[in-house]
Order: sequence, then C-alpha cells, then structure tokens
Amino acid sequence: MTAGQALLVATLAFPALGAAGAAILPARADRAGRLVAVSGAALALVASVLLYGWRPAAPAGPARPGEIRPWHELNLRWASGLDLRFHIGVDGISYPLVVLTALLTLICGIYTLWTVPAVEVVSQEAQPRSTPPPCTRGRLLAALLLAIEVGIVGVFLSLDLVLFFVFFEVVLLPMYAVIAVWGGPARRHAARKFVLYTLSGSVLLLVGVFLVVTRAGTGDLVALSAAHGAGLSEGLQLAAFVLLALAFAVKSPLWPLHSWLPDAHTEAPTVGSVILAGVLLKMGTYGLLRIAVGVLPDAARRVAPVLGVLAVAAILVGGLVCLAQTELKRLIAYSSVGHMGFVLLGIATLNATGVQAALIGNIAHGIVTGLLFFLAGAIKDRAHTGELAQLGGLRDRMPRLAGLLGYAAIASLGLPGLAGFWGEAFAVIAALRHGGPLWTVLAVAAALGGALAAAYFLRLLRRVSHGPVGPAFAGGCPPLSAGELVSWAPLVLLTLAVGLIPALVLGLAHDPVMALVAR
Amino acid sequence: MNLNQVALLPGYCAAGTALLAFLVDLLVPARRAAVAAATALGTLATAVAAVAVGRGPVRRTFCSVGCSYVADHRAALVAVVFALLTLVVVALSVPSQSQGEYYFLLGCSMTGGVVLGYTRDLISLTVAVETLTLPLYPLVAFRRRSVASAEGAVTFFVVSVVSTTVTLLGAALLYASTGALHFTRLAAALGHGPRPPMVTTGAVLVIAGLAFKVAAVPMHAWAPAAYDGAPVPVAAYLSTASKLGGVIAILYVAVDALGPALPIVGPALAVVATLTMIVGNLGALRQARMVRLLAWSSIAQAGYILAPLGALALARGRTAQGVSGAVAATLGYAVFYVILEIGAFGAVVALRGGRDGGRITDYAGAARRAPWVTGVFVLSMIGLAGLPPGLAGLFAKVVVVRALLSGGAAWLAIVVAINSVVGLAYYVRAIGALFAGNGEPDSRIKIGWPVAAALGGVALVAVVVGFAPQLVIDAVA
Repeated sequence: MTAGQALLVATLAFPALGAAGAAILPARADRAGRLVAVSGAALALVASVLLYGWRPAAPAGPARPGEIRPWHELNLRWASGLDLRFHIGVDGISYPLVVLTALLTLICGIYTLWTVPAVEVVSQEAQPRSTPPPCTRGRLLAALLLAIEVGIVGVFLSLDLVLFFVFFEVVLLPMYAVIAVWGGPARRHAARKFVLYTLSGSVLLLVGVFLVVTRAGTGDLVALSAAHGAGLSEGLQLAAFVLLALAFAVKSPLWPLHSWLPDAHTEAPTVGSVILAGVLLKMGTYGLLRIAVGVLPDAARRVAPVLGVLAVAAILVGGLVCLAQTELKRLIAYSSVGHMGFVLLGIATLNATGVQAALIGNIAHGIVTGLLFFLAGAIKDRAHTGELAQLGGLRDRMPRLAGLLGYAAIASLGLPGLAGFWGEAFAVIAALRHGGPLWTVLAVAAALGGALAAAYFLRLLRRVSHGPVGPAFAGGCPPLSAGELVSWAPLVLLTLAVGLIPALVLGLAHDPVMALVAR
Repeated sequence: MNLNQVALLPGYCAAGTALLAFLVDLLVPARRAAVAAATALGTLATAVAAVAVGRGPVRRTFCSVGCSYVADHRAALVAVVFALLTLVVVALSVPSQSQGEYYFLLGCSMTGGVVLGYTRDLISLTVAVETLTLPLYPLVAFRRRSVASAEGAVTFFVVSVVSTTVTLLGAALLYASTGALHFTRLAAALGHGPRPPMVTTGAVLVIAGLAFKVAAVPMHAWAPAAYDGAPVPVAAYLSTASKLGGVIAILYVAVDALGPALPIVGPALAVVATLTMIVGNLGALRQARMVRLLAWSSIAQAGYILAPLGALALARGRTAQGVSGAVAATLGYAVFYVILEIGAFGAVVALRGGRDGGRITDYAGAARRAPWVTGVFVLSMIGLAGLPPGLAGLFAKVVVVRALLSGGAAWLAIVVAINSVVGLAYYVRAIGALFAGNGEPDSRIKIGWPVAAALGGVALVAVVVGFAPQLVIDAVA
C-alpha cells in the first residue's frame, strides 16, 4: 500500500474510529468521549490535507473525454456478487469537498466541546433532582457527526457506483438522529420528513445505479466515465439519468423537491444545520456532476435545459420566499435553495465555465452558509427565538456578533472579493456563453435572482442588527464564548481567502473539468 | 429399495431431536433446563450433519422414475438455516417455556423444515410442509388462559387447512394432466406439447396454497393474529423458519417443477409479490402493538423475497441465467431477512421477558434500561428497512433490485424501492419508541444467559454478513 492509499483509508478510518470510540465510552466519561471524537476528526483533516501533499506529478498530455485521473487510488474486492468493489480515489473535483467536509466536521466537533444543545427527555429530567442533570449525551452527538463524515467523505471518494450508493445511504440515519434527538420543538416531524424524503431519493439512486451497472457490466466509475456513455443505449441513458437526477435533486435540493430542507434546518441543532448545509447537500451536486453527467453525458445534454429551468426557478422561488420569511434559520435555509440553484445552473450549462462555477459555488456555499448557521445558532441560543419580529438591535447589544453576521450575509449575497461571488457570477456568465434564447433568458432571470438575494439579506440585517433592541434581547446576552470564536475563525478566514484567490479551488479542478465537459 | 442412509442423516438427526426432547421430558421431569438443552444439542447435531452431508457429492435416494430425495448443496443450506433458527428459538424460549411438549413440537416442526429442502416431488413436499406446520397449531396456542392465543391458533389452523387442501387439489390436477409428481418429470412433461387448461389451474392452485406459508397476499390475514397471540419465540419461528419453508416450497415448485410453465406462474408471482409488499407496508403503518407491527412488516418482507421471482414474468427473465439469478436473489434475500428478523424478535423477547409483545409505547425507556439489546433491536429494524448501519439489510435490498434489473423488470424494482421508503416510516416509529422516556426509574432489565447468547450470536452474524455479503451470495449460488 502506498502512502497515498494509506491516506485515503485514513481519511475514512479516523472518523469511523473516532465515532466508535466516542460512542462506546460510558456516560460518565462524556467529555472524554467528545475529545476522542474531536481527535478523530482532527486526524481525518490532517490526512485529507496530506492527500494533496503526496499527490503525484500530473500525467503528461490532456485527459481523454470523461477520463478520471485520480491522484491516489485504492481498488479492493468487496462483494463481486453485487458488483461492489471498495474502489476509492481522489482528484481535483472531489478534493476540495473532502477537505471542506473534514474541516466542517472538526469545527462542529470543537463546537460540541463547549456547547451541546439540551435534550428534552419527557418527564425524565422533570423529576426533582438535587443538582441539574449534567449533559451526558454530547459524545453521542459528536459520534453521529463523525459517522456522517464517514458517509459524506466516502461519497466524495467513491470511484465505484455501488460503493457510492452505500456511502450515500450511510449519511441518512445519523442525520435523522441528530435532528430527532437534539433538534427544536418540532424536531420529530422535521426529522421524519427529512429521512423519508431523502430516502425516496436514494432508492431511486439505487435503481438508477443498477440500471447502469447491470447493462454496462461494471460499476467502475473510472471505466464508465472513460467510456463516456458508449455501450449504453440512448433510452437506457435517458431513463438512468432521470432516476439519478431525481435522486440528486432531492438531496441538493432542487426546486420543487426542496420542501424537506427548510423544516430540517429550522429544527436541527446548530451543528446539524452546519453539516447539512455545508456538506450534506453537496453530495447531491457532486453526484449529479460526477455520476449522472460523467457516466451519461448524452442524456445529460438532452435533459440540461430542463435542469437549467428548474435551477433558475429554484433561484427565484428561493429569493422570493426569503423576502417573506419571518424566521431566521428558515430564511437561511431558503437562501440555500437559491444558492444551490446557482450551482445546478452551472452544472446544467455543461461547459467548463459553468462546471467551474458550480464547484466553487459548492465550496463557497459550504463555508458561508456554515458560518451563517453558526451565527444564527448563536443568536437563537441567546434570544431563544428566531422570529425576526422579536429580534433587532443586535448591533447595540453584541456588536461583534452583528459584525460577523453582516460579513457572512454580504459574502452570501455575492459581494466581489468574498467567496460567494465567483460561483454565482460565473454561473450566469456560463449560461450566457451557452447561447441561444433559452439560456440567455435563464441567465437574466438568474441575475435577477442574485439581486433578490441582496434584497433579502439586507432586509435580514435591517431586522436583526439595526433598529431598536428587540424584546428577545431585552434581558442581557452572554458574550461570545471562546468555543464559538475558535470554531468560527477558520470559516471567516476561508470566506475571504476563497473570495480573493479562487484558484485555491479552481486550480485543482481545471484539468478534470476539461475532461468532464469534453465531447 | 436401496436407501442412501447418509443422505437421510440430517433428517434422522432432526427427528431424533424431537424424540430426544420427548424422552428427556419423560425421564428427567424435574430438570426444567434439561429438555431445552437436549433440544439445542439436537439442532446443533442436525446442522453439523447437514453440513457434513452437503460437503460430499450429491446423494439421491427414494428413486424410482425420478428421485424424491436429493441431498445437494442447496438442500444442505436450507437444513442448516432451519436448524440454526430452531436453535435460536429454543434459546429464546428458555425463560418462558418449561414444558417438554413445547420443545418436542418445535423439534417436530424443524424436522419438516429440514426434510423440505431435500424433497423433489410434490407429495413429499406437501408432507414436509405439513410436518413443518402441524406442530405450530398447538405452539401458537401455548400461551395458557389467553384468548388471543387461542384465537390466533384457530385462525392459523383454519387458513392452513384450507390452503393445504388447495395445494393438494393443484397437485392432483397436475398429476391428472401429466401423470407425473417428481419435479424433473413434471418439468419434462410440461416442456413439450400443448398445455391443457388443467395444468394452468393446477399450477396456480399449488402456488396459491403455498403462498399461505409465506403469508403472502391474499393469504396473509392470519399472520398478525397468530403472531400476536403466540408466545413471542413461536412468533419468531413463524416469521423466520416457517416463512422460509414456504419460500423454499414455492421456489421448488415454481422453478424446478413448473419451470416450463413460467409464463403462467411468473406473472402470478409478480402480482402476488407486488400486492404483498404494498398491503404489508400499509398495514404495518397503523399498528400500535409491536408484534403486530413486526407481523405486518414480515408480510411486506415476503413481498420483497418473492419479488425477484416476479422477474420471471418476462421472457427476458426466463433465460437459464435469469432464472438462476432470480432464485439466488430470492434465497439470498430470504437468508438476510431471517437473520435480521430473528434478531428483532430476539430483542423483543429480551426486553419483554416472558410477557407478550405489548404495545409499542411499552418499550419507552428501553434504550436506557437495556442499551445493548436496544442496539441489536435497532440494528435489526434498520436492516429490515434496508439502511446502514444495518448493512446486511442494505445488501439484501441491493440483491433484489439488482436481480430485478438484470431480469429487465425495472418497474418491479421501482415498486420495491418505493415500498422500502414506506417501510422506513414505521420502522423509525418503532425505533423512536425505544428512545422515548417513560418516567420510570432507570433499572437495568435482567436478561438470562441463553437469550443473551442467542441475541449476541445473531447480532454477530448480522454484522459479519453485513460486511461480507459475499458469504451469503456464495452460499445461495
């Protein structure tokens, strides 16, 4: 096993071990359990960063259309009777997402060291006790976050269709548990909606994957991408693409299959929201790009206009709903629908600019929306409500928190120089470059949607930061804790870094993207 | 007639188990555990014998124009699974059942199941299925002074008798029109020449009668009443071993005997599988009692088990490769399923002790009072829903969908997929109940070592086949 292969395994194994270690420890060692989880996440981040350092020199010559050239690759037998191989690898398209996942999980793990949302256990905790019950489930929350990390990183690393599906499913129940146990008042309903909605997506993925695998006779993503759709009939490609696109559209989510997202976000605990928006949604866009477009390029070209129209509809609907939204986390959740619309628009153009925009849009949304959900969580922890009508005057009460919120909001609305700009601007440019009346209209409508984003984020800031001090802040607020600042700092810095140097993401992705969109 | 006694060894061992239980009960009446231990030993011996015979060459016996008893690889697999399931059920029964008759009847039923795998003609098959089923009537009624138990047993008895009659009528019609009872000769007779309507009727009647055993729609209504009325270990046996027996019988009849008539049988199986999934899942959504929920879910699971055979409805699925793929998928899913199902029932036994399954709300607080058992319960239920971390169940779902798509039955694959979403809705509800608080003080639930050992063993097997599904796929190939 080479160093690169060992690092690939380590990126998956450290979170898995951390999760197992944290879950096995007894309740009295809760803090130790959380530390075990954090160290697992930290080691995974180190391993994922080293993947870059150990990458071999780029092979000479341009890649053939569709060719995937992983930096590191590990291909082991697992279950030949199911066409399942443990085939993982990393390249310029998946690498930024792997690092983002590892980073966000670590940040969330650190956050749980300080803050764990209370678990309301019916009548159990209500019994009179001499001391308030200590929090004894933090390690389980941390363990679930790491289990989610295993699934998400596995999805990004998979170079086998069946393995991709297996990892795609791994994420489902841990996220359900995070929402259902640590969530807000309506958590059970939201968690069930999340799990049933996204499971219906992933069962379609199962059918779509095996439709391809049984016809092509292999689940090897490298081979299938290199074949570029050869050997698969047009009808089959179309059927499989529709199934896969539906599956990924639920996960991304693409309008009109998005309705699970606002509920899940509103009820999820802060760390759950961060992971959900930051990286879990990216499984959908990554899958659409790598699996659906990569394996079935002809069908992708035929369906692209439909995807484009839905993506722009998502941008506009997301923006309009946000303008009328009265709850903080719900507003950010709907803004995610709009942002993911830009990412999907970029993918739908199927040209290099659009795909690049989608990749950087993915990363930027992960960083900025992750930060926004942290800030929204911090506000809700102090105000005990997310109703915009109750908030207000944050600038007077907590100037630093208000400043950060303003920073994240303008990054999210796409101010040049911050991370959100590149993805949205270039998605619009890519649609214009695609040419033709339809795409021109889509580009104009998407640009209008971008303006909507400015409108609702400024409205958000006006309601929360400015104005008279709202009733929710009337009693004093505890200041920002060290844990909060430590976990937010990397996101704040990355927002600026990716905004100023987009090559951080795009430099790696240039060659693979060219191969992906080549005909 | 020259008998190959070696081939019959597993059957002898199984029958010997029943006899041993009877004798031990007679000779050492004071020792409660002795009879359970003797039965457990017998089941182990049966499993060992089946493996030993199965490793050798294919042995045939009771041969005239065809052979009625063939000890091949698949028969050995069926016998081993039956013996091990019975072993687990014996262990689960230790806390609640001390009567010797109970273990004797269990041994008798196991004998039917073990022999079933070896049978190769319609009459032997029916006799084996009846041997499997008859002891279950009294076993379902074994909860003394319980009206539910008696009701369940009577329902079970009536439906069972009717379905046996239907099977026999179908067999008689097939015999009347072809003059053959052995699977090989039936297949040969059906393979050429025109097919009279009597064959069609006979084929459908045989399958319909056997559908009762797997609790497939429309012969499913007995299952929830019988499972809920029976002692929980017996319900576990009904939903795993007894159901497996039905699946094997349907496989043998539909594929081995009526293979050339698949254009008739295939669509019937596709319809039955689809209806079974849908009715089972919708029924389970509304249940408030744990065992009834498991019963309805096991009806839905029967639909998934039969689904790969539904691919035989299409000409594309009826190539030699397609048929063997569908059979392997059905057996594979059935094996994954029985492991997870017995795990779920085992957890119910552990959490409830000797009591009945109770309401779902009765399980509140289980996660704190018995975390390990809850872990096994959750693993099994999630597996039945087909999701990680229940990897065994995930791969079981993959096996079925893959077989259906290879056979060109994409529509049935989508039906299976959508049904599994409905399934998750009630599994999640049941799992949620385990983690709810109930205000009772936290006191650990005490679990006897036989139940704990059985549950641990089942969980271990579930985890192992979850990470190495190829073990099961190779075993059923």
